[in-house]
Amino acid sequence: MAWEVVIGLEIHAQLATRSKIFSGASTAYGAEPNTQACAVDLGLPGVLPVLNAEAVNMAIKFGLATGCTIAPRSVFARKNYFYPDLPKGYQISQYELPIVHSGEVLIALEDGRSKRVGLTRAHLEEDAGKSLHEGFEGVTGIDLNRAGTPLLEIVSEPDMRSAKEAVAYMRKIHSLVRYLGICDGNMQEGSFRCDANVSVRPKGQEELGTRTELKNLNSFRFIERAINFEVERQIDVIESGGQVVQETRLYDADRNETRSMRTKEEANDYRYFPDPDLLPVEIGEADIQRARAELPELPDAKRQRFMEQYGLSESDAGQLTASRELADYYETVVEASGGEGKLSANWVIVELGGALNRDDLDIADSPVSAARLGGMLRRITDNTISGKIAKDVFDAMWRGEGDADAVIEAKGLKQVTDAGAIEAMVDEAIAANPKQVEQYKAGKEKLLGFFVGQVMKASKGKANPAQVNELLKKKLSD
Amino acid sequence: MSVHDKTVSELAAGLAAGDYSSEELTRACLQRIREQGSALNAFITVTEEQALDAARVADQQRAAGRAGPLTGVPVAHKDIFCTRGVRTSCGSRMLDNFVSPYDAHVVERLNAAGMVSLGKTNMDEFAMGSSNETSYYGPVKNPWDTRAVPGGSSGGSAAAVAARLVPAATGTDTGGSIRQPAALCGITGLKPTYGRVSRYGMIAFASSLDQAGPMARTAEDCALLLEAMAGFDRRDSTCVDQPVPRYGEALNRDLDGLTIGLPKEYFGEGLDADVARVVDAAIEEYRKLGVAFREISLKNTALAVPAYYVIAPAECSSNLSRFDGVRFGYRCENPRDLEDLYKRSRGEAFGAEVKRRILVGTYALSAGYYDAYYLKAQKVRRLIRDDFLAAFNQVDLILGPTSPTVAFNLGERADDPVSMYLSDVYTIAVNLAGLPGISHPAGFAHGRPVGVQLIGAHFDEARLLNAVHRYQQVTDWHTRAPEAFA
Amino acid sequence: MSLSNEQVENIAHLARLGVNEQDLDTYAVNLSRILEFVEALGTVDTSAVEPLAHPIDMVQRLRPDEVTESDQRALFQSVAPSVEGGLYLVPRVIE
Repeated sequence: MAWEVVIGLEIHAQLATRSKIFSGASTAYGAEPNTQACAVDLGLPGVLPVLNAEAVNMAIKFGLATGCTIAPRSVFARKNYFYPDLPKGYQISQYELPIVHSGEVLIALEDGRSKRVGLTRAHLEEDAGKSLHEGFEGVTGIDLNRAGTPLLEIVSEPDMRSAKEAVAYMRKIHSLVRYLGICDGNMQEGSFRCDANVSVRPKGQEELGTRTELKNLNSFRFIERAINFEVERQIDVIESGGQVVQETRLYDADRNETRSMRTKEEANDYRYFPDPDLLPVEIGEADIQRARAELPELPDAKRQRFMEQYGLSESDAGQLTASRELADYYETVVEASGGEGKLSANWVIVELGGALNRDDLDIADSPVSAARLGGMLRRITDNTISGKIAKDVFDAMWRGEGDADAVIEAKGLKQVTDAGAIEAMVDEAIAANPKQVEQYKAGKEKLLGFFVGQVMKASKGKANPAQVNELLKKKLSD
Repeated sequence: MSVHDKTVSELAAGLAAGDYSSEELTRACLQRIREQGSALNAFITVTEEQALDAARVADQQRAAGRAGPLTGVPVAHKDIFCTRGVRTSCGSRMLDNFVSPYDAHVVERLNAAGMVSLGKTNMDEFAMGSSNETSYYGPVKNPWDTRAVPGGSSGGSAAAVAARLVPAATGTDTGGSIRQPAALCGITGLKPTYGRVSRYGMIAFASSLDQAGPMARTAEDCALLLEAMAGFDRRDSTCVDQPVPRYGEALNRDLDGLTIGLPKEYFGEGLDADVARVVDAAIEEYRKLGVAFREISLKNTALAVPAYYVIAPAECSSNLSRFDGVRFGYRCENPRDLEDLYKRSRGEAFGAEVKRRILVGTYALSAGYYDAYYLKAQKVRRLIRDDFLAAFNQVDLILGPTSPTVAFNLGERADDPVSMYLSDVYTIAVNLAGLPGISHPAGFAHGRPVGVQLIGAHFDEARLLNAVHRYQQVTDWHTRAPEAFA
Repeated sequence: MSLSNEQVENIAHLARLGVNEQDLDTYAVNLSRILEFVEALGTVDTSAVEPLAHPIDMVQRLRPDEVTESDQRALFQSVAPSVEGGLYLVPRVIE
């Protein structure tokens, strides 16, 4: 039987506010345990929550960027359950009236087409603390520094049909929240987390299959693997006559498998009700205008502009706008190169991209600054160096040997453009290879490359290839 | 020196005149608490040393010319208010070991006003009760008759003020917990408009109903205290950012032209006939002061108690989840596992009434019942509020009995939670509607005090205090002291 | 509305409230009595009524995004039942 996979994602993005969503404690990562858990975060008797304005502003920005409706009135609700990392015995979240809802994003499919993924809603809520199991005998340690960090939970429609689409969607949201500056997107530190609802159904069937919720998908790699594993598992279950159980499953990256999270199946009854300590949040046109004025150029618009302004292909523009940092880097290179859009794109994607990949570095950590790369490209366009020599210059810059001019100077890589010097080398090459000259003249014109090679070799690569070409052609046809 | 019979404003005058120092006054109160208070069990914690330190600071402030109207006057706090460095038990075994790391907003403000806190008063556990019998620290006795309950949940504060152990105390009122014990103990107690006083640091019972207020002997004293307690606090989202009126300045206004509504539903079945006679006499006094009365109807009154007993337990079931034995409070011995830790810590440390309400609230919010109970109760809540809003289009204030009966005997209603709940039948609707209400002494029935309740429109505390103050100028019920504590 | 002992046990479990076996009957009776009492709510038609969550019509005030709290761990943990290395300890949580 042919199966169709149906996937919806719930992404938790920690908002990049300075203080927590309902308290004035710091959200900085990595502090000593419980040193950033204030009275409100600890849920001490008598404390009360007050909502952080910036968390609201960030949610509005996300809503605007995804074509969501910004709710004029939204309500915080309590989700009641007991867990040691949940200090109050309830999580303050939004239930019936989320802050933004009904939007969409476009994801690029592998075949180049794009696909719409609907956003059901995005709501504000507080993060829980952390349970630490290591280093204690028979006990668990609770660190509540993270408790109260603002989260935007972004819920998609079940619109994805493969693990690859799920990854593309997750990357899209990841790029978007970082563009917006509302989340640092750091998956290792848990700033950007994802749960997936996965089900399968026979192709052509309208009705959805029973879904499972996969937790703990904290890298792009894991999500693809976990979904693929889970899809296989569900199909196996059904094909062997069983039924998929609706449950929460944890992805174990070490074993590459998913397993049921609760041995004792317990129906969750969260007893949501409006939090009486908080009042309805009202968002007016002025709030929306303010957020809109702060919006940066978003990936889709930037990609379009790159294509128009720099004459790039859709693919190149897409790659260069995948992150705001990369796009900014690229535009700095273009400017420093004197406006060389395409040349800059090639260098950023191929040479720089390759080097970053090889050394497993982020664009932010590139040893070659955008200004230096642009400066080097200027030396190509002004014929100081050839494109080939430029690769050596780039490598030297990567190793920290200074800017392009310094490297060219130090290594004597300046291109030879002196017509007399080039002519001498050309003459020498012709004189030294009479047999090839004869063949060329007899019509074997592809031997031109041979002569260019000889001249370049003699010049140690520094002769201007265009000049060499031109002169050779002229002399050989004499 | 006999200072115990003086009101807050009299003591303030005496301190200002140099008749006695705050330290002398504080020592006298502490001695009285020791010698006469123990029979009442009105205090959970008496903070002698801190009180004397605060009194000395108050005296220094006065000497330095920096005294305010309340500087050096003793006060007691209901043990629901967090007090830094002092046990804050909320009347529960759960918090028997809880020394609060911070002060409640109300405590901060009264400290800043120079008041001297003598300690923490007894209360129903987590403010859940109408008789003070649910306290982990044992019941409080009514100073007028120690066989009787003082009312609840602010029973310790009411008994302490009635027995002249302290001139004033703070209380909280979720369904009548200031007004009902004030009535049963023969003192004056004011529940302000919801949002008038910050709830920060006041241990939550039902967040959308809880409100702190003053308990004293006179409306004048309540005015002084409310002015100091009220005010904007950015830490409480439900606290209003509205200037606090000078309540004292409005006290003496003429009552001529004032119209008070008498809701017919507050004078019907269930009201003790002798209590009704006292209320009628109070109405006559008000009439003499120029007040016009007219009958009104609050037609959903009968639904107030049922709505309350869904909403309050629902909120409490969630509010009390933080008491889990992890970060503070009681933890059971040798928990086997996490579930055991939760269940035994909470099971062993919460009393029967608290457990009942947590269970009712949990049930009312659970899947399949939410609409029928919680949502329904919130809709009825709007009907009840709208009844009041409509009434205040016709009248300035509303008057009725505070409680259908006088203080009942200890143990009398302990077995039937619903009969206990009905003792708040006239006070509960006021919380649902978020209105201010005041109870003042108006006479006696069956030898025990009777309170009259006046209800005002939102933020109209000044008019309530004005009316009661004028009444207290022409009557002396508020000056009567229980014989044993005169 | 009458609650069975089993229902009471389920609710008590949701609320993580230990209830003694011998008290179950009393709780069941008391809770049933309370639920019967609140059933009076059903007598009024509220189909056109919006629920009221707060008595005063106000909207949420927003707090500027500023760090105002400093570390008070030692003070807060002085009232904790069990701490080690700055962490609150609970019996081992199995995931």
